[in-house]
Amino acid sequence: MTGGITSPGAGWRQADGGPSVQRTGKRRRRGSRRGRAEIAMVDDVEFTSYYGRQIVKTPVWKSPDVPLYLFLGGAAGSSSILAAVADLTDRPTLTRVGRLTAGGGAILSVVALVHDLGRPERFLHMLRVFKPTSPLSVGTYILSPFGAAAGATAAVELLGWFPRLKRFGGVVAAVFGGPLATYTGVLLANTAVPSWHAAHTQLPFVFGGSAMAAGGGISMAFTPVEEAGPARNMAVMGAAIELVAMHKVENDHGLLSEPFHEGRPGAFMRAAKTCTAAGAGLTVLAGRRRWGAVASGTLLAAGSLLTRFGVFEAGIASTKDPKYVVIPQRERMARREAGEPADAGEARSVTL
Amino acid sequence: MTTISSATAAFTGRDPGNRLYGPVPDVSEQAGYVEEHPKRVGFFTDTSVCIGCKACEVACKEWNTLPMDDSHGKRDALGLSGMSYDNTGQLGANSWRHVAFIEQSRAVDLPMPTFGRPGDDRPTVGDMPAPDTGDLDSTAKAQASVLNAEALSEFDPQTGQTGADKQIRWLMSSDVCKHCTHAGCLDVCPTGALFRTEFGTVVVQGDICNGCGYCVAACPYGVIDQRKDDGRVFKCTMCYDRLTDGLMPACATACPTQSIQFGDLDELQARADARLETLQSQGVETARLYGRDESDGVGGVGAFFLLLDEPEVYGLPPDPIVTTRDLPAMWKAAGKAAAMMIGVAVTAVLSSRRR
Repeated sequence: MTGGITSPGAGWRQADGGPSVQRTGKRRRRGSRRGRAEIAMVDDVEFTSYYGRQIVKTPVWKSPDVPLYLFLGGAAGSSSILAAVADLTDRPTLTRVGRLTAGGGAILSVVALVHDLGRPERFLHMLRVFKPTSPLSVGTYILSPFGAAAGATAAVELLGWFPRLKRFGGVVAAVFGGPLATYTGVLLANTAVPSWHAAHTQLPFVFGGSAMAAGGGISMAFTPVEEAGPARNMAVMGAAIELVAMHKVENDHGLLSEPFHEGRPGAFMRAAKTCTAAGAGLTVLAGRRRWGAVASGTLLAAGSLLTRFGVFEAGIASTKDPKYVVIPQRERMARREAGEPADAGEARSVTL
Repeated sequence: MTTISSATAAFTGRDPGNRLYGPVPDVSEQAGYVEEHPKRVGFFTDTSVCIGCKACEVACKEWNTLPMDDSHGKRDALGLSGMSYDNTGQLGANSWRHVAFIEQSRAVDLPMPTFGRPGDDRPTVGDMPAPDTGDLDSTAKAQASVLNAEALSEFDPQTGQTGADKQIRWLMSSDVCKHCTHAGCLDVCPTGALFRTEFGTVVVQGDICNGCGYCVAACPYGVIDQRKDDGRVFKCTMCYDRLTDGLMPACATACPTQSIQFGDLDELQARADARLETLQSQGVETARLYGRDESDGVGGVGAFFLLLDEPEVYGLPPDPIVTTRDLPAMWKAAGKAAAMMIGVAVTAVLSSRRR
């Protein structure tokens, strides 16, 4: 075998020097394109593909349906937890705001999810089976009871009936709220989409933190400042977790972290970080004032929404270039050949 | 083996029956066909004898009444890819067989014999002056202007006279759904529309699929896709309807060179091993089997290949791993993150109470 990590065997090359052999580095001036072999750039890995075509399919999930679903489900889930603990510690306004956010978010997220289906009228087919190997199936059985409980709790909250049932419904929603906010990380990661799968143990924490930033932010924007202390605390802690976990996603995975920095997804991620950090800072500084609570709550929710769009779009981008499939897999094969554990998953399955 | 143990494997990672990852001796039995069931069948696609005729593509479209599409999967569009003889481009909802076409060349150290060409009396190759240097004798000048040998050698490697002679070859390979032992599409399908047949193949039930699209994102080979105007997903069924009637799949039946061989998987594997040995003994040093290894990332596939170059040259992933191998670790992370959320919420309430 010759040349770079993925050169074809026995010296065979694409005859017309077309897009079959590509380099990962930025394209140089047109004039030097023919002399590919002359200058080796740092981080410039040569790899082969079929006419530059993508290998894995781009998910058919629609934007904004799916990023919106991720955001709404997260905000609803964390709000339901906040509402339940606020209820137990006797904070009626915060409880009410949390429950209404949870109920509204749950209903809207169901709408977004059903709308994304290719055959929306068949959404009940999701309830035919329960499959632990399918995060979407597990998610259906998280979202359904959550939606029922949170929706009913919000309804009785508005109508003012059955105070006891309200508390029970609120607790049921809170039980499913956490899983609803974090399973979506598994939903994206359990795919062949290179940049999502690479971050498969980190995305649930990103989404969990992001959910708390959004839920806390929305709750504190609508709650009198003297009662919104828990919302502020949760929002700031959630924002911190989101920023730390996202930083790891953006830097731990070498080539597969690249889509989080470039193009549209990169712009989304930068905007998300700015909003989240500014929102958290403003919460600490001015969260106890009405205008400060509204402004920082809005910034945190916007940051969370932008994070979902950024992560979603980065994964989409990683399917469109074959280098994100070929190079990491080649490197994994090289590690395996060298007798090292090829990746964390392989190490796990070896020890079983 | 019941569905309960599958649940355990997906959540805990304890997987003694290799339900998520690793070799599986009888994939149909694992899927629940515990009583008498047919042997696992498959395709062995020997690309060394593929002539790129695309009879398989045509037979597949005819039998399965698949709509026309262009090289990007756009339905009812007629379009040339503009890159090679391959105008199918990729597998998709409307193309369940795809013949890849690659033209390659390589430098050969041994110069081609130079005798026999009229007027060519140069003793060695490689020292032919450029046509425009002006110091040519009349014969060579005539040759340069009439035959334009330099230009010819650029695009006709068989008569290359540039010193480093070139060999050329065409790679053709009929790609298809791999019918993996651990099929990502099947694992993630939330409706049960995708199922394992008694033949060990993976098939979509069109009347169940609700078009959630999860399988599209989960396939490590980029095989299954959604038909946009229909909403549902489609892929190769290995002609399930023909199999149940004891017939061969349409593509294998149509293949004129036996590049596509259909049969019991164990028999095909033995045949492929023998074929690989033959080719290697004949000096085809780049021949290799793809998807044959049952300890690979998808537990081996039902439709495997003999390739003459690296998989990515044909548009195949070099080391695919079923995404659900890592699912237990993901559920664990999601559980921890959910617990973290409750912890944070409780801390948030308690810390604000103290003030």
